Amino acid sequence: MKRTALFEEHRKLGGRLVDFGGWELPVQYTGVIDEHLACRSAAGLFDVSHMGEITAEGPGSMEFLDRIVSNDVSKIEIGMAQYSALLRPDGGIVDDLIVYRRGPEKYFVVVNASNTEKDFAWMERAYREGGSSFRLENESGKWSQIAIQGPLSERILQPLTPARLSEVKTFRFSESEVAGVPAIVARTGYTGEDGFEIYVGWDSGPKIWSALIEAGTPVGMKPCGLGARDTLRLESKYPLYGNELTDETNPLEAGLGFATKLDKPDFVGKAALVSAKNEGLKRKLVGLELRGAGIPRHGYKVFDSEGAREIGIVTSGTQSPSLKKPIAIAYVPTGVSAVGQKVSIEIRGTKIPAEVVPTPFYKRPY
Amino acid sequence: MRFPDSLKYTKDHEWAKAEGNRITVGVTDHAQSALGDIVFVELPKVGRELKAGETFGVVESIKAVSDLYSPVSGKVVAVNDSVVSEPSIVNRDPHSGAWLVKIELSPGSDLGGLMDSAKYSEYVETLK
Repeated sequence: MKRTALFEEHRKLGGRLVDFGGWELPVQYTGVIDEHLACRSAAGLFDVSHMGEITAEGPGSMEFLDRIVSNDVSKIEIGMAQYSALLRPDGGIVDDLIVYRRGPEKYFVVVNASNTEKDFAWMERAYREGGSSFRLENESGKWSQIAIQGPLSERILQPLTPARLSEVKTFRFSESEVAGVPAIVARTGYTGEDGFEIYVGWDSGPKIWSALIEAGTPVGMKPCGLGARDTLRLESKYPLYGNELTDETNPLEAGLGFATKLDKPDFVGKAALVSAKNEGLKRKLVGLELRGAGIPRHGYKVFDSEGAREIGIVTSGTQSPSLKKPIAIAYVPTGVSAVGQKVSIEIRGTKIPAEVVPTPFYKRPY
Repeated sequence: MRFPDSLKYTKDHEWAKAEGNRITVGVTDHAQSALGDIVFVELPKVGRELKAGETFGVVESIKAVSDLYSPVSGKVVAVNDSVVSEPSIVNRDPHSGAWLVKIELSPGSDLGGLMDSAKYSEYVETLK
């Protein structure tokens, strides 16, 4: 298995290490619920160094990216980040990602760990077909990434960086330093909380991790593993590639319409998405709450309210640590996607009633 | 991790305690530790007949669903409702407070095939 630069730190903190797509990472330290609740009430610290980083730098880099992702890359200012989907010609999703514009013609694309090789191969093919000449590089082995998320994030991080964090707004970033080490400090995250994702050189990961552990622990910050990362994003209805997003889902039905600009110049997948939109979306991703005992999980079938017809599928589900109830994200036909619609979920052969609810399930109170 | 001498153990990380013609069943400290925070427990109805090896419910953590297997053939005569209401008891007190079901043994059924605490401890070590 691959290890991030923080492997020893996780061992020291008693992290329970598991195989996560070929990476040896902690699924938990003190417990998923404990870590989840700490993140929401104080702060959580996450090693996300397994994520992939691809740089596109030079003339034509903007147009190149704009042609292959769903969102409008021409609108990204220097110092701004933008969420987007890498698309197939049929409108399916190769990956979801964030594009950071670091310079006039310098883009930093952060992709899912599980898709790094796939995404880079995809981009390389488009690069060769386009006869491009700018620099396209898979820099994943060069970066460590640490996320601090939660209401106390800014207070914990500020003493460690000269960047004026109050001026780094959501989906903006600063090229600065953390703990004396050059760092990209971005106000982005995957938990629904305020927080920052910090990118440093691979070898510098332990230094900033330790600095943050020292600064944050006294005010209730806890290291959070993959288990809490998943429950936090689920409560916020953030999609997970492999669950909500696949080759077979398009961004419109997955709720990524806000990151899909059908009025921008031609891009891979545009025609298919325009078609899908004109025909009317057949299904939509919704949030469900179970109205009976049980826990809905990935792959469980969704039935109509009588339990007679199979109509959809659960993409992610869990017992929500913050809400203390069973929640799920699921694809259902557009006709039953409105809030209040009743459906049922099959759990071990029994159809348990469920209801479409507003999302995010958890909304932060600040 | 300590496993009480008064209990017998299965390879599925359940414990059983004989009390006359009845046995009490739960999951072990190793099971609760491996699963993590327990958030849901599903148990059978009183009166349910079980065959040895048959699944009779589940214990669920955030990440995983774990089936419960009956170590004997018999009839469910009691079910621990407080664990259903408060699944975290399984994490806090797996060998006592978090008993799950009591089963009245069918004729010919017993705990003969189960491990004692020493054997179970050894078995758990091999899994590390």
